[in-house]
Amino acid sequence: MDSELQQALIFAAIGGVFIGAASGAFYLFQGKIAGISGILFDTATQPKTWRFAFLLGLVLAGVIFAAAFPNQIAELKISNFEILVSGLLIGVGTRLANGCTSGHGISGLARFAPRSIAAVGVFMLAAIITVFIKLHGFAA
Amino acid sequence: MKNQTIFSFIIALIFGLGLALSGMTNRENVIGFLDFFGNWKPALALVMGFGILAAAGFFHYSKQLMKPINGSDFPILPTKIDAKLIVGAAIFGIGWGIGGICPGPAIVLLAIAPSKIVLFIVAMAIGGLLTDFVTKLNLARAKPINALNNI
Repeated sequence: MDSELQQALIFAAIGGVFIGAASGAFYLFQGKIAGISGILFDTATQPKTWRFAFLLGLVLAGVIFAAAFPNQIAELKISNFEILVSGLLIGVGTRLANGCTSGHGISGLARFAPRSIAAVGVFMLAAIITVFIKLHGFAA
Repeated sequence: MKNQTIFSFIIALIFGLGLALSGMTNRENVIGFLDFFGNWKPALALVMGFGILAAAGFFHYSKQLMKPINGSDFPILPTKIDAKLIVGAAIFGIGWGIGGICPGPAIVLLAIAPSKIVLFIVAMAIGGLLTDFVTKLNLARAKPINALNNI
């Protein structure tokens, strides 16, 4: 295994433990699901102090990470059109499915919810097919 | 409620650092992970794997409690697997495949790449509001018995 992959695997595992422990503790202590699409949307429609605090914590995490590892921050090389279409679809999809990669993918799977298992299977498959078509087309 | 605010902030800080450390905020990384039939980058599989493992203990322990340690109630979460869930998950997956950014990493990137991310969040909000609007419209139009089924 090359060292670049090895490093990526170690960081992915450490990051995963952070995400999982935070999600688990949020539920155990506060009875809340750390589902970011839901928290984000509810901040707009039902603003509450804890929701703003949660979003602020996420933003600050990005600032701290960028300060600590400036060379790890990749530029967002994506067109405005693509980011608009992506955001619109994610807005519709997460609202219909009541969750995204965090709420279904971490908390839902960690509590073995059949509904989340179904959602994660479908969105992973849809994302893999989309990337396949985008990168390799139908001819590949 | 002050404690709840501080706790939410700290949880999100840990969550966000986890997203950044793991590589979930790097969209090329995410696309590489989703490129399963191409030049597959497997590392992000560990984010979900270790994330679920780390969270599962907390969720398991919470089942033995009547209420959260520091809160009033555990939420009643939906259990129904219906067309809304499946169609929504598929639409979300297509959007994630196009952009390579899901909602958590988007917020983490807000201060780092504000111009793109603000666009993304506005588009998400419009998508969500539009969905709520159409859902309510359909509920109002449906016969009462169908409306009950949709709840």
